[in-house]
Amino acid sequence: MADVVTNKTISPAAPKHAPSHTVANIKVVAPPAELAREPLVGNQRSIGWISDAIAGVAEGKTPMWWWMAFVPSVILMTTCFTMIVYLVSVGVGVWGPGHPVMWGWAIINFVWWIGIGHAGTLISAILFLLRQKWRTSINRAAEAMTIFAVMCAGIFPLIHIGRVWLGWWLFPIPNSNGIWPQFRSPLMWDVFAVSTYFTVSLLFWYMGLIPDLAVMRDRAKTTIRKFAYGLFSLGWTGSNRHWSNYEKAYLILAGLSTPLVLSVHSIVSMDFSVSQLPGWHTTIFPPYFVAGAVFSGFGMVLTLLVPLRRLLKLEDIITVRHVELMCKVTLATGSIVGYAYAMEFFIAWYSGNPYERYAFINRAVGHYAWGYWIMIGCNVITPQLFWFKKIRQNMMIVFILSIFVNIGMWFERFVIVVISLHRDFLPSNWGFFRPTWVDILTYLGTFGLFFTFFLLFLRFVPIIAIGEVKAVTPQADPHHPLGGAKEGGHH
Amino acid sequence: MAETPQVYGIVAEFETPAAAMHAAEKVRDTGFRKWDVFTPYPVHGMDKAMGLKNSKVGWFSFIGGVTGYTSGMLMIWWMNAVDYPIIIGGKPMFSPFGAFPPCYELTILLGAFGALGGMLFLNRLPRLHHPLLRNRRFALVTHDRFFVVIETADPKYSETETRKLLESLGSKHIELVEE
Repeated sequence: MADVVTNKTISPAAPKHAPSHTVANIKVVAPPAELAREPLVGNQRSIGWISDAIAGVAEGKTPMWWWMAFVPSVILMTTCFTMIVYLVSVGVGVWGPGHPVMWGWAIINFVWWIGIGHAGTLISAILFLLRQKWRTSINRAAEAMTIFAVMCAGIFPLIHIGRVWLGWWLFPIPNSNGIWPQFRSPLMWDVFAVSTYFTVSLLFWYMGLIPDLAVMRDRAKTTIRKFAYGLFSLGWTGSNRHWSNYEKAYLILAGLSTPLVLSVHSIVSMDFSVSQLPGWHTTIFPPYFVAGAVFSGFGMVLTLLVPLRRLLKLEDIITVRHVELMCKVTLATGSIVGYAYAMEFFIAWYSGNPYERYAFINRAVGHYAWGYWIMIGCNVITPQLFWFKKIRQNMMIVFILSIFVNIGMWFERFVIVVISLHRDFLPSNWGFFRPTWVDILTYLGTFGLFFTFFLLFLRFVPIIAIGEVKAVTPQADPHHPLGGAKEGGHH
Repeated sequence: MAETPQVYGIVAEFETPAAAMHAAEKVRDTGFRKWDVFTPYPVHGMDKAMGLKNSKVGWFSFIGGVTGYTSGMLMIWWMNAVDYPIIIGGKPMFSPFGAFPPCYELTILLGAFGALGGMLFLNRLPRLHHPLLRNRRFALVTHDRFFVVIETADPKYSETETRKLLESLGSKHIELVEE
């Protein structure tokens, strides 16, 4: 690392509107090498380069790989809708659930998808409040992931109720019976939590997008693009009076989203823990669900962004350091999940409750033990590999491990829903669960829905928060020598 | 249109945030009222350099949140305890604890709408047209340039004096923008 920054031109790539900031002769003593952090944007890219690199993804000719991913996604999405039409027209009997496993794949998939969403909110809100500047490179894509994952999640509770056309009874809307929703039920709380979560995530995401849509508007070449981006950027000019209100609103939304995201999976867990069933009726569920949700969500963020940074040539913005930090969050939350599994077992023994004890022994050695051990393998062992820097820095291994996390968290919900339900208090009540082809195709179909939306997002919207990444570069800080101050100690 | 176009204001371009902030401090100290700085990203410290007060968005969000919480509590109490009471599990018809989770969510929901709506209201957005957005050079504001704009509506505005001031602050590109 150079000791002195002098006359350095900070635009190695020479983009279209190449800014030629030559910096005056200022001596800046660099921090000692062991204290220096890797910069958040690699290769000292200029702020103009950041616009070009990120907005460029959504401009120009649609690449071939995009079509190769989009067409199968649309086919899968159509499969999902076809399965839903089949389910609604024939009835829930086409699915696997039946006595005693009345909650089957629908609820597993619901919890799995909504859990994935939680990483997006953690990155956009909690890391913002904690002033983690590295979040700026990943928050936009992670928030988009949240929204699309919650859409996939939201399908399942709606279609699993049997008579889908009466789904609106879940909302406090006057109906012909004159009866109201029963607000003492956690299922009702869930309706409010999930719909609020979706709405607030969408508002937060859209507000973050406004300045970046203005970037797209100002770069647009065709009339349609000028009109569309112009409309959705709401006439944003970059006025500092506007930024002032904008930043305050952003802070408030981050402050509101933080308790929101903690409450959503807590309430989802109460759908289970408020009941009396052994394996569900535990007080550890809310924090354990939230940690698991963040864990699974970071798994999905890594699955999406590790290939994308390469494919879209954004390695200077989503750097290896970013991937490493995400791996560390995965390690931390994965360890909490592992601790929760151990604590569940301990309490099952310590409580002295024979039903509880049986429920947990049955998980480990019963009919569905394979599901339990897949869960342990993927969720307890996999994240521990992230202790090693060599593994965190190897993108191929990170990608593979992130898929294990996704699989493991699906099986966690399988363990909770199916294994707990198939053995309750009375042996005469016991049974088995087997998914049908409709269950399986509906679940696979939601991937089509997710990826269709995600690919459209990649193609039309800046996938990284352009303005926010600009703001964390050294040259964006007016007090930093690269900010072009003519003299030090300004203001 | 035959009528001569009105001048909206004078636009001075700067290449670095430090130069724009320095200019903002001078413009603030000169006593201008109808002026603004335009930047590609929120510049840390610019509010102080412009002499802006703390944003009022918080009030909108607060009112939204209070509305959400109280209307939630009232709604649940009225629905489950007044309009159609049903005994379930021997629980009370209304308890603030059972009603809390939906009200908590409504607090956040309306608080969030208050924050976004308040931001848009205070910024007078959305607006379909702005004189500056017609200026080709100004489009660089979302790329990598910084602009100081002083409106002709400002009582201290004078075409020659204001231009001189902005030139003295180091702007290399100054132009007038029509209404």
